[in-house]
Amino acid sequence: MRHPVSSAAPIPLAFALNGAPVTLQAPPLMRLADLLRERLRLTGTKIGCDAGDCGACTVLLDGRQVSACLVPAAQVAGRRVETVEGLAQAGGLSALQAAFLRHGAAQCGICTPGMLMAAEDLRRRNQAPDEQAVRDALGGVLCRCTGYRKIIEAVLDVASSPRAPEPEAQGAVGARVAKVDGIAKLLGKEAFGADLVPEGCLSLRAIRSPHAHARFRLGDFSALRAAYPGLLRILTAADIPGRNLFGIYPTGKDQPVLAAGYVRYRGEAVLALLGDAATLAAIPEADIPILWEELPPVTFAEAARPSAVRLHADAPGNVLCRGRVVSGDAAAGLAAGAVRAEISVETGFVEHAYIEPEAGFARRIGDRVEIFACTQTPYMDRDELAGILGLAPAQVRIIPSAVGGGFGGKLDLSLQPLIATAAWLTGQPVRMVYTRSESMASTTKRHPARITAEAAADGEGRLTALRFHGDFNTGAYASWGPTVAGRVPVHAMGPYRVPNVAATSTALYTTDPPAGAFRGFGVPQAALATEALMDMLAARLGQDALEFRLANALRPGDRTATGQLLGAGAALVACLEALRPRWRALRAEAAAFNAAAPGALRRGVGIACMWYGIGNTGMSNPSEMVIGVTGEGRVILYSGAVDIGQGSNTIMLQIAAQALGLPMGALDLVAGDTDRTRDAGKTSASRQTFVSGNAARLAALSLREAILRLANAAPGAAPGAALSLHGGKIMVAHDGIETVLDPAAMAPDAAGLVLRGEGRYDPPTTALDDDGQGIPYAAFAFAAQIATVEVDLALGTTRVLGIVAAHEVGRAINPTLVEGQIHGGIAQGLGLALMEEYIPGRTENLHDYLIPTIGDVPPIEIFLIEEADPLGPFGAKGVGEPALIATAPAIFNAIADATGVRPTRAPCTPDRLRALLEKAR
Amino acid sequence: MASYLRPTALSEALAELARRPCVLLAGGTDFYPARGRLTRDEDVLDITALAELRAIRITPEEIWIPALATWREIAEAPLPPACAGLQQAARAIGGEPVQNAATLIGNLCNASPAADGVPNGLALDAAVELASQAGRRRLALADFILGNRRTARAPDELVLGLSIPLSPLPARGVFEKLGARAYLVISIVMVAVVARFLPDGRIAEARAAVGACGDRARRLPALEAALAGNRPDPALVASTHLAVLDPIDDVRASAAYRRIAALALLRRAVAALAPDRERPAA
Ligand SMILES: Cc1cc2nc3c(=O)[nH]c(=O)nc-3n(C[C@@H](O)[C@@H](O)[C@H](O)COP(=O)(O)OP(=O)(O)OC[C@H]3O[C@@H](n4cnc5c(N)ncnc54)[C@H](O)[C@@H]3O)c2cc1C
Ligand code: FES
Ligand code: FES
Repeated sequence: MRHPVSSAAPIPLAFALNGAPVTLQAPPLMRLADLLRERLRLTGTKIGCDAGDCGACTVLLDGRQVSACLVPAAQVAGRRVETVEGLAQAGGLSALQAAFLRHGAAQCGICTPGMLMAAEDLRRRNQAPDEQAVRDALGGVLCRCTGYRKIIEAVLDVASSPRAPEPEAQGAVGARVAKVDGIAKLLGKEAFGADLVPEGCLSLRAIRSPHAHARFRLGDFSALRAAYPGLLRILTAADIPGRNLFGIYPTGKDQPVLAAGYVRYRGEAVLALLGDAATLAAIPEADIPILWEELPPVTFAEAARPSAVRLHADAPGNVLCRGRVVSGDAAAGLAAGAVRAEISVETGFVEHAYIEPEAGFARRIGDRVEIFACTQTPYMDRDELAGILGLAPAQVRIIPSAVGGGFGGKLDLSLQPLIATAAWLTGQPVRMVYTRSESMASTTKRHPARITAEAAADGEGRLTALRFHGDFNTGAYASWGPTVAGRVPVHAMGPYRVPNVAATSTALYTTDPPAGAFRGFGVPQAALATEALMDMLAARLGQDALEFRLANALRPGDRTATGQLLGAGAALVACLEALRPRWRALRAEAAAFNAAAPGALRRGVGIACMWYGIGNTGMSNPSEMVIGVTGEGRVILYSGAVDIGQGSNTIMLQIAAQALGLPMGALDLVAGDTDRTRDAGKTSASRQTFVSGNAARLAALSLREAILRLANAAPGAAPGAALSLHGGKIMVAHDGIETVLDPAAMAPDAAGLVLRGEGRYDPPTTALDDDGQGIPYAAFAFAAQIATVEVDLALGTTRVLGIVAAHEVGRAINPTLVEGQIHGGIAQGLGLALMEEYIPGRTENLHDYLIPTIGDVPPIEIFLIEEADPLGPFGAKGVGEPALIATAPAIFNAIADATGVRPTRAPCTPDRLRALLEKAR
Repeated sequence: MASYLRPTALSEALAELARRPCVLLAGGTDFYPARGRLTRDEDVLDITALAELRAIRITPEEIWIPALATWREIAEAPLPPACAGLQQAARAIGGEPVQNAATLIGNLCNASPAADGVPNGLALDAAVELASQAGRRRLALADFILGNRRTARAPDELVLGLSIPLSPLPARGVFEKLGARAYLVISIVMVAVVARFLPDGRIAEARAAVGACGDRARRLPALEAALAGNRPDPALVASTHLAVLDPIDDVRASAAYRRIAALALLRRAVAALAPDRERPAA
């Protein structure tokens, strides 16, 4: 190239893509990731950050891994580019991909293409890598779901001969079957929010507040429009057709889609620009005529002061809501204790940091709108959007995309109101893909907490009382604040028998980003305080930290602080007993290490327990499922439960297959489309396995009954009757008789089903009274975890050397998926403990906001305790949130054990720990 | 109107730079993150097709790291022990996808206070070579980097590469990087020490530099003086040697912590200079 060309104009390019020559025209500075995705429609390469920080876009360039988001198109001229689409062999999975499938190394799958390419780079240079080589090679790719352990296992196991495939067992429950959507994820074929682009799609760019608290006026847009003819439309608050407010709770609809002259947090949307993507990307923020009048922020420290500005008219004192559980007499119980401990704990904002930023498109079809986007809660989205658009819910259809990680962050609306409004008004399809910093700045976070707690125990080590108060920073808008405020006091005393409890919480509005739902709804923050107290009391009594917990553990037949009688399945005792030998051995090893005078290094071992109520707190949260047989003899499960990577698509099929009595492979799945499936509730609160799993089981049982009735099987024959499918016919064998049913001869209903079963399950709970008394959950999960850490006293750095986790899951419907949840939860707990803190305006990207990399998550040993829950489907309960809760407290307790100083602020960063050590000297 | 040029000959690149200032583009790992999704009206000169800036050269007197040498190439090159610290840094930049694209020279030219290349270059007493149509000049790295994102490069100049002088004395280089996670992490503090040794094992001459403790990495002349003539011993490192540093509080750590960490890392680096068998504990 001799003379400069316009960087906007396409230049000719020729390169080899997955072994085949490609010639095309592209602007020279177009990022390779965009070239692949937008120009060549190879969407297997993902974009998580556009900054080299996440590795989702990792491809091979001349055989070496690079971030495709950092490679200019012009630089690939004459070179070899390889993407995930090139890995598959003869249409099937490569050995590497097969190992990922076998090990459950892809959960949501958004990081998977990048992981595979990084691993492929390694594999070609090193046929027999050790774990360190795998870490080094994959260190540039982040995963938020798996905790990396199964990825490491998979890469180390490529060479090994695949395990024999699971027999097509009648009873799929308990089998380590591969995820039903796993192959699509491994091939890069799964459609995430950014992967589908309808013909003639407009792009939407939101303009957001740079201030935490401000008033604004819109200026004259004529110059902007004249300068950018491709800017087709500018939407403001006045364009919202219906109610320009949304929120989770009927009383909490306080968040505008587009702010009207007043913003309450940095990142709040004020305008939406519509046009072609190139035009929108060329408009500098400074050219947009918005006149800001900055107001003093209302911080978490100040929000409750009488002098603080009231952010919402109906929230005096900036109090969104309060929660309370009181039983016995806490003051008397504390006074009566032989030993007492108290602690204050603070935590910061934690970002979900799913690798898939929010994305999707909307289109208007007649008088309806369809939204294809990532979500954890399609039915709530539908109803909420109907209000915003001024439509009936039936006019809105939500088609969830594959979700590249959620963890609670995709339980709130984000881009949907903007694209739906734009599509509704223009009649054209409208697409939006959040940038990483937009995702981080504008969407919900984990609530920062300020907790004070005290507890006492008698001379024998029995807990006598616990008092707890937590203030939670709920940010600018209500979101899931009430859920946090309600759930925390119920769990604040931990999974222990505490006769006297006073636990309260307050959610405070501030001018910070809205805090919402994040794996555990406030319980992880509370556990940091409670589990510290348990260690402190045990130490004061001279008791072992595990034995102290064991003595106080809730057991079947105990009453909780809300007065609920616990049934079978309250198996914390079994968890602690499983851990005991490991606990003793690890403590001894650490003591030996420290005794050998290891310079600046000290090891410590800590333990923490947790309990977690499955489903909504004291509120109905039903799920409905339909399963049917078509005229062609296909069996289809219609599941409205959204799989956000945790595996509910697989779990629902396993449960339905088991209940129906057919092999899992005989079932097809239609998932989460509000036009085709029933409301299964949201994917949150660890409820899908327990609640929707029960609905799927009941639906399948009812279909089985319908089939048996047609086959004239005596009702008593039902358990023994064997079903099978052959050539579109259903065979029923019972009492030595085989009946053949022909679906083709039956009359289909409106949905095209000739036979159907429906199931509905709503966990039996009761509302809590003013003292928090009642039955908040139908089931609780229990767990205990041990963390081993190594602290560098000179630098204040903490390395987690290992985690041992005992989880009581009722029944592991699919042990591989359960382990995957535990690994992923532990990785997030580790991040919460040691490195993650979102600071608005300062850590709005993935290089300043740090989440654990493959080198940070240690080996994890798991004990699965299976004590069937009386109500769970085949005894199962949830594990998604329980996985995370005990980790950070166990790490904090381990740091205290190693150093003698107790961290009280999360994350415990090197500078904070060093300051604590300094103070203690 | 934004323009783009990817010349194949250095003369063409310099001619273009003589005509107008351009944004130079190498591995793009600083270029793209700084731009986000928005496009800029700027003239970009992509230097990656300049074949003459590719090959690392190793002679007894000098190591030449050209503008297009990636961190990965540096990590894999057969460099002498003086460059061991630089090679450690090469393996600790981001992750492999970044190391395969990013250049050392880009790292120096970007002049981030946290650039891992800079303290290593300072400790190696390296010099950058700049070229324009008017000619070439060499500038000690310490004189090239003027502050946070500021260098002495004139608008019509291109950095050709980095020259690392070698001495006949055996030398060892050490790099200690402190970050809050294992990979993909910008240094909270990093230190580089390179020492040349007398036959009796005493240090003839040492250079030590600390990064991320001020607007640019700094050498520590007082420490260097204290090391000269002694065997490597962490006890030689005193907190007063760090007086030239000027760290700030930011999201990664407090200023006070940075001083403490720099001291601890320097002690470890000095300890690591000693041959394995006589390494004192830091
Ligand atoms: C995810 C990630 C992690 C990272 N981690 C680290 C880390 O741990 N430590 C660290 O130090 N850095 C880190 N970096 C930054 C590091 O990759 C860059 O500093 C890199 O070395 C710059 O080289 P480049 O070739 O990519 O430069 P480019 O981005 O192409 O250019 C960088 C700058 O240098 C100028 N420039 C480039 N070449 C020349 C030349 N020959 N003459 C004059 N000017 C020139 C450019 O104009 C530009 O201003 C990281 C980056 C990313 C994306
Ligand atoms: S999208 Fe390229 S590294 Fe994140
Ligand atoms: S599976 Fe890795 S990010 Fe979801």
